[in-house]
Amino acid sequence: MFNIFKLAIRNLRRYKRRTILTSMLITLGVVAVLLFISVSGSFKAMMIGQVTDSMLGHLQIHKKGYLASIDSLPLDRNLKEKQVVRVQEFLDDSKEVAAYSRRIKLGAMFSNFKETTNIRLNAVNPTREMLTVPMLVERIIKGDKEGLLTKGEILVPELIAKGMKVKIGDTIVLVATNKDGSVNGQSFVVRGILEGISGPGGRDGIIHIDDAKSLLRIQDNEISEIAIRLNNIEDMAKVFSRIKAALGPIKNKLDKPVFEVHTWQKLSPFFNIARMIDLMTLFIKIMLVAIVLVSIMNVMIMAVFERINEIGTIAAIGTVPNKILALFVVEGFLLGLLGTLIGVVISLVTIAGMNVAQISFDFGRQKGLLLSPTIGAGDVVTVAFIVIAISVLASLQPAWKAARMDPITALRHV
Amino acid sequence: MSLVVAQKLEKTYIAGDIVVKAIQGVDFSVEPGSFVSFIGPSGSGKSTLLNMIGCLDPPTGGKLIVAGEDVSTMNRVQSAHFRGETIGFIFQDFNLIPVLTVAENIEYPLLMVQNQPQKKRQQRVHKLLQAVGMNDQADKFPSQISGGQKQRVAVARALVTNARLVLADEPTANLDSKTAHKIIGLMKNMRDEFGTTFIFSTHDPKVVENVEIIFTLEDGKLLQKSGGNHV
Repeated sequence: MFNIFKLAIRNLRRYKRRTILTSMLITLGVVAVLLFISVSGSFKAMMIGQVTDSMLGHLQIHKKGYLASIDSLPLDRNLKEKQVVRVQEFLDDSKEVAAYSRRIKLGAMFSNFKETTNIRLNAVNPTREMLTVPMLVERIIKGDKEGLLTKGEILVPELIAKGMKVKIGDTIVLVATNKDGSVNGQSFVVRGILEGISGPGGRDGIIHIDDAKSLLRIQDNEISEIAIRLNNIEDMAKVFSRIKAALGPIKNKLDKPVFEVHTWQKLSPFFNIARMIDLMTLFIKIMLVAIVLVSIMNVMIMAVFERINEIGTIAAIGTVPNKILALFVVEGFLLGLLGTLIGVVISLVTIAGMNVAQISFDFGRQKGLLLSPTIGAGDVVTVAFIVIAISVLASLQPAWKAARMDPITALRHV
Repeated sequence: MSLVVAQKLEKTYIAGDIVVKAIQGVDFSVEPGSFVSFIGPSGSGKSTLLNMIGCLDPPTGGKLIVAGEDVSTMNRVQSAHFRGETIGFIFQDFNLIPVLTVAENIEYPLLMVQNQPQKKRQQRVHKLLQAVGMNDQADKFPSQISGGQKQRVAVARALVTNARLVLADEPTANLDSKTAHKIIGLMKNMRDEFGTTFIFSTHDPKVVENVEIIFTLEDGKLLQKSGGNHV
């Protein structure tokens, strides 16, 4: 007719108001954590996606020392054709690599025939670039997106387009100095205006790689970097290690390493924001643990204190200490379970509601970013497990006290 | 063979410098199926003696054999198992579990202490409900029944495990005279029906006039035994 669980449920129902209040507190904590994880997680995923899929790629390979002097976009630290071939051979054989794109990064003077300003440029093969950073075309806010660009065309960053008052179809001139010090100029047609995003390269203009070669008078196929896109970003650490292991031992004539490999995390300052979000999530989880610990422990201490005489009775009639311990631990477990279940349901409904409501927000210069919170089953299970485990832990001390209680003292308690 | 045998039984409490000799070298025996009471003024050691027989409090000296077992050497878990198998308790305040129905209260020792199968539990509970005349109140909670009915349920709970010995500490103290008589009559009937030994500690003359053997205690010493065999 009844067992430990049934008895525990009856005892929880005995103190309805207290049970409801404690469960509500746990529910509140679970909802706060799950909503924070889902919102911050989707924001993080969106930003990482934007950083990697529209600009950096997941991994980049440069000549050793390039990144340290990237601010000056040095042309004397380009990868030579032979070196590029070795990297390409490795990448072509890697099944985790979805695509890669060779790039020449350069600085130039941008002239609209009235005014001149400096511009940072990323010279790419449009087909390979679109495979490597597929969201790049989404950044074209004005102009034709089809095919990205062709030779003789330029995608101008939004800020420069505004400052220099250039429009789609206008002709501009780029003047650049090559690594030998000779200056060359070339005219381009403005193909599109490119939205700027946070991070390195986020405000670079884009030209065709062949145009960069002619502008810089590069004879062979030397490049500044190779950006790599993986089939699954989860494989990044594994592929990174493999590339490092494969390219690391390659030395130049001075017995120095030729290549340097970086993940997007090393390249983008957003990684620090992502880490801060992770840290905040951890703190919120610790707060949840504290809420559950204090509320369950408080309730269970009260429960034991109020039922001392009852504990004496069941102990006197032969209930062994372990079973008395189990009775109270199960009560704590059920309180945690109840709060968690309600919290998970409320969180999932709220997340679904937020997706239906299409909430947008601004981040830096980026306007109208759509918040689409999601939560993985793993996160839900982890939070639920933490809450229930802490509920059980918090019940242990009062339950232990109840189990160790002397039956005579307990029976005399009024 | 005696169900309870005490030889030079002692219980001393020490609290700091204060030493209280609650029971001082008591010898007695209780035969199976007896209806026995320990009487005496407050502080005479009645409850202490009952607690020791019930394996709730170990003796500090002498020997105490209950149902053939030397209970003075048992640890906490062993004594809990022993109580669950051999001893039933009836308390002054009834001590029913408020969240369980009458039937569930009676069933509790069979399920939570003896782990009996459901069919056997149901049969025993039904039998005891009938025996104490609480069949029609089986689904009520303790808060929905009277004091006398609560004590009937407590009697049924004490007997449901086929306990060989039932210890009742002031079982009629919280009952009116008429109900107290009924409860004593019920316990006597139970003794006759199930052959269970009942040991009381009481002040209540209603209980005293109904028991067959009376042990009188004073200052932790056994003064006399009336009825049955002499000490």
